[in-house]
Amino acid sequence: MGNRSETSPATAALTLRNVTKRFDGASGRVTALEDITLDVREGEFLAIVGPSGCGKSTLLSLLAGLEHTNEGTINLGDQPVEAPGRDRLVMFQQDALFPWLNVLENVLFGLRLKPDLTESERLESARYYLNLVGLGNKEKARPHELSGGMRQRVALARSLAPNPRVLLMDEPFSALDALTREQLYGDLQEIFTKRKKTIVLVTHNIREAVCLGDRVVLFSPNPGRVQQVFDVNLPRPRRLNDPSLANLAAEVTEALTSHPAK
Amino acid sequence: MASKLPRPVIPTLVAILLLGGWEWYVRSGRVSEVLFPAPSHVLQWFWESLLSGELLAATWVTMRRLIIGFAIGAALGVPLGALCARVRWVRDTLGVLALGLQTLPSVCWVPLALLWFGIREEAVLFVVVMGTLWAVVLAVQESVLNVPPLYLRAAQTMGSNGWHLWSRVIFPAALPGVLSGMKQGWAFAWRSLMAAEIFVVIVTGFGLGSLLNAGRELLRMDQVMGVMAVVMIVGLLADLIFFSPIESWLRRSRGLER
Repeated sequence: MGNRSETSPATAALTLRNVTKRFDGASGRVTALEDITLDVREGEFLAIVGPSGCGKSTLLSLLAGLEHTNEGTINLGDQPVEAPGRDRLVMFQQDALFPWLNVLENVLFGLRLKPDLTESERLESARYYLNLVGLGNKEKARPHELSGGMRQRVALARSLAPNPRVLLMDEPFSALDALTREQLYGDLQEIFTKRKKTIVLVTHNIREAVCLGDRVVLFSPNPGRVQQVFDVNLPRPRRLNDPSLANLAAEVTEALTSHPAK
Repeated sequence: MASKLPRPVIPTLVAILLLGGWEWYVRSGRVSEVLFPAPSHVLQWFWESLLSGELLAATWVTMRRLIIGFAIGAALGVPLGALCARVRWVRDTLGVLALGLQTLPSVCWVPLALLWFGIREEAVLFVVVMGTLWAVVLAVQESVLNVPPLYLRAAQTMGSNGWHLWSRVIFPAALPGVLSGMKQGWAFAWRSLMAAEIFVVIVTGFGLGSLLNAGRELLRMDQVMGVMAVVMIVGLLADLIFFSPIESWLRRSRGLER
């Protein structure tokens, strides 16, 4: 961890090699992902977009270790990903905050599972991240007392606080209204620039992907495959209505719609 | 018009009217006081047995049986229910058995309990445990199975598993369901205990049911009715003092109700 800054920016945090995932459903065997080969670089914000059914959420579950590949390998650094772990925290579509805990206790949940920290270090860290997402004054509130946007902010703080190597985001903004969403794009970019986390975001919103990602990976459905990878070389912080951002988003949309439907 | 009155007014009036009518009907001599005692007689019995200490002693015996039996039933039921939820084959065997035994009124266990334990305290406790246990097992099983998978996934990615996952996520998430199962178990235990106490005179203690049965044998219907009222009040109080506050606190703190 200490010499991370010395590693070259091209070092891969996550390496996926020929990953295939199949499900046995009621209507027979479905191939959700086929032959995915992909690198997520250290400190990179990678956005994965695609229509529903392209297996992007499945990919995130595989990265989280909540599901297992049928073929191919996934490595975090040089360790194979086999089970859920603190080094890869997930932010879900719904906030998944525990209703029996208050805001601070929710953020502390993951921190308390790190045995090498003292309780005061945990508290300090939890408060730091709550302040980072702008909710330092809400630590005693219960999740149900917060708005959807605030809850998702707490979830972000909860995922960041244990300092995971990779943050996995599974459409975390899709249930929010447009205004709140845009605010959170700003917050997330600020946090990303400040903390230099490796982030993998899965979304069906192309604008969102282009706004947040260093690279945008476009998936095609049935079975899920990597169709195209776009580099986003726009300066941060990016605004959703920036014309160059809109142009690039249009380009991605073009590529998405040109894909022959099966 | 009615909406202008404070809410308790009408129920109070109805109660007075009902009790007054009852009192008047009995006193007018249209019905035998032995078979159908007036409210004033019941109240008089209540006062006398309260002063003599008989009523409190009987209530204490019954409450002790109920609390001990319920505690044993709940203490066995929670882990068994969790096991049913966790292990498929236990659910298919014990879970199904629990479903069957829950429909069996636990007073049906009285003959066997008397044979196995003799006319002793253990026999009553056994009947109460049988009344509580299966309701609790089923409630715990259901509520654990209904814990949202999202909570589990979130907790697991944060590194929670095994006992930590059970104690910090699954049980807290299942708690509202477990509590209503316990409430149901309590109600079953209460009914089964009354039946058992009326059915058999247990020499080790003279409970409310025994008191009621004694009233029957002495043809003291004021005592029978008085004990019935006490049984009702105790049941209500248990709910009012114990279950309802916990339940509403639990629901309020999670935003399930205001």
